Amino acid sequence: MSTQLPRPSQAAPDTTQIHNIGYRSYDGPRLGRAYARRSLFSQSLRGAYGLGRSAKSKVLPMLLFAVMCVPALIIVAVAVVAKQSKLSIEYTEYAIYLQVVISIYLASQAPQSVSRDLRFRSVSLYFSRPIERSDYVLAKFGAMASALFVLTASPLLILWIGSLLAKLDFAEQTKMFGQGLVSVTLLSLLFGGIGLVMAALTPRRGFGVAAVIAVLTVSYGAVSTLMGIAYVTENQDAIQWLGLFSPMTLIDGLQTAFLGAPSAFPDGGGPGAGVGVVYVLVVLALIAGSYGILMRRYRKVGL
Amino acid sequence: MTVIATESLSKRFPRVTALDRLSLDIGPGVTGLVGANGAGKSTMIKILLGLSPATEGRAEVLGLDVSTSGAQIREQVGYMPEHDCLPPDVSATEFVVHMARMSGLPPTAARERTADTLRHVGLYEERYRPIGGYSTGMKQRVKLAQALVHDPKLVLLDEPTNGLDPVGRDEMLGLIRRVWTDFGISVLVTSHLLGELERTCDHVVVIDGGQLLRSSSTSDFTRTTTTLAVEVTDSDTHPDGTGALRAALTEAGVVLHPGVEDGLPGAGHILLLEAAGEETYDLVRDIVAGLGLGLVRMEQRRHHIAEVFRPETPPRHEEVQAR
Repeated sequence: MSTQLPRPSQAAPDTTQIHNIGYRSYDGPRLGRAYARRSLFSQSLRGAYGLGRSAKSKVLPMLLFAVMCVPALIIVAVAVVAKQSKLSIEYTEYAIYLQVVISIYLASQAPQSVSRDLRFRSVSLYFSRPIERSDYVLAKFGAMASALFVLTASPLLILWIGSLLAKLDFAEQTKMFGQGLVSVTLLSLLFGGIGLVMAALTPRRGFGVAAVIAVLTVSYGAVSTLMGIAYVTENQDAIQWLGLFSPMTLIDGLQTAFLGAPSAFPDGGGPGAGVGVVYVLVVLALIAGSYGILMRRYRKVGL
Repeated sequence: MTVIATESLSKRFPRVTALDRLSLDIGPGVTGLVGANGAGKSTMIKILLGLSPATEGRAEVLGLDVSTSGAQIREQVGYMPEHDCLPPDVSATEFVVHMARMSGLPPTAARERTADTLRHVGLYEERYRPIGGYSTGMKQRVKLAQALVHDPKLVLLDEPTNGLDPVGRDEMLGLIRRVWTDFGISVLVTSHLLGELERTCDHVVVIDGGQLLRSSSTSDFTRTTTTLAVEVTDSDTHPDGTGALRAALTEAGVVLHPGVEDGLPGAGHILLLEAAGEETYDLVRDIVAGLGLGLVRMEQRRHHIAEVFRPETPPRHEEVQAR
């Protein structure tokens, strides 16, 4: 058969073709370590408020955030309506009054941030990519501290805006607001570090939650009790040293000594400037120590 | 071009020698790394990713030294671990996008590449559902996708067919083959299942106790032998057709092999014999016809990779064969 095959009609080209585009290689930019570290930071920070996670995991962090802010709104409302000459709470006191909320937040979100990667062994996927151990630890630490800062600084911002609405003295309020911010920054770094260390030591989330709660509340309870005993037995000197043994009293003592805060210690005095320096050193040492322990923790993990 | 090169690479732990002066030269394509559990496969992968320093010797991946250019290597290499590594509470899309960004891809590119890659590994609508609800096969695909999402030049796959059923296994092996043929990405795949690698790999490296046992192309391993397999039916005059043929062949001076399959059910029906040349085929045909038996098959045997382990069979090798 030598007949020619009919040629496909040129007049009506088929416009509804399905294209199998096949594999396309990637020739675009690869942004490297610093970018990967930033990505991990923002993913972890968003994750600490349940963003980018399931609806269920947004409930608790958002609820706690609301609980942190509501008292500030009420205080502000009262100050504005009653035309008070000062807010009924100091900026620096706020976090101490609401420390239980902060502890619950940390206990729920620190394990979420690090135990998950350990438990489901996703860490090996991170470390088979360009980032190094220090990038991972810095990103996680930074994200946890930033999440805590958002939690603790937001109510202070509400108080400050409220004080301006209530036409309180601008310079004084701003100075106190600034002191409050310094205080919650240190608190965020200290608590973030302790929370992550506790959570990273166990891949089991439940243990992580329990460990964080235990370290924060038990130590605070024990220190407060001992301080009470020291106060009753009029052992004033012991009180200011006892404060070194729980994270919250550390922050309390530090801000009493340097940030013009009223003390929550039973004698109402808090440490003087001399002992205050020790408080600062201990806080900084604990923050650095947390980083060191996390670095050690991940040395063994690898793949 | 060399993808992976090692030169008397050794890794010693206080109590074990994981790799013992291993020298390899692996080119592009699909390469299988076979060995029993504890043969040093995972240690090898860690060293190649620049995550674990070698005790002595050196290794290069894509021309980069593992001891100095770890981060650069990891940017161009994908890794799929043997163990589970997926968080159950996020969707495949979210997870792979995040992993793409961790490899340095800008946000838009990360999303595009994720959609492409998940489609290529065969995940469609389910990619928006949380990974926790996936089957083992789907999870393995997500693990493969995260290793491919940044378009690496080489992927290291650690036991990718672990835990899969036969169908899932075939699909995964087909996918691995496509990673090289369609995507142009070289593959190093570890397995303790030798049969898999015959079908998937261009080249097979066998290590044992950290030492190189053999490295050659798959066709070398499975090249045609001079062994002939013959199977016949039984007849009324010869209730044991195989036995009758065996006797007749021995009488005619044909060398019979003890069967590889001896001891397996049904193995008794296959006779293995040495084909001296064309005339052996004719001889077998004539003898079978003379006995009045039906010739079911007569075929040339191929080597199996498993035979590499056979010669001196120390105890640990039996474990491999048993799988």
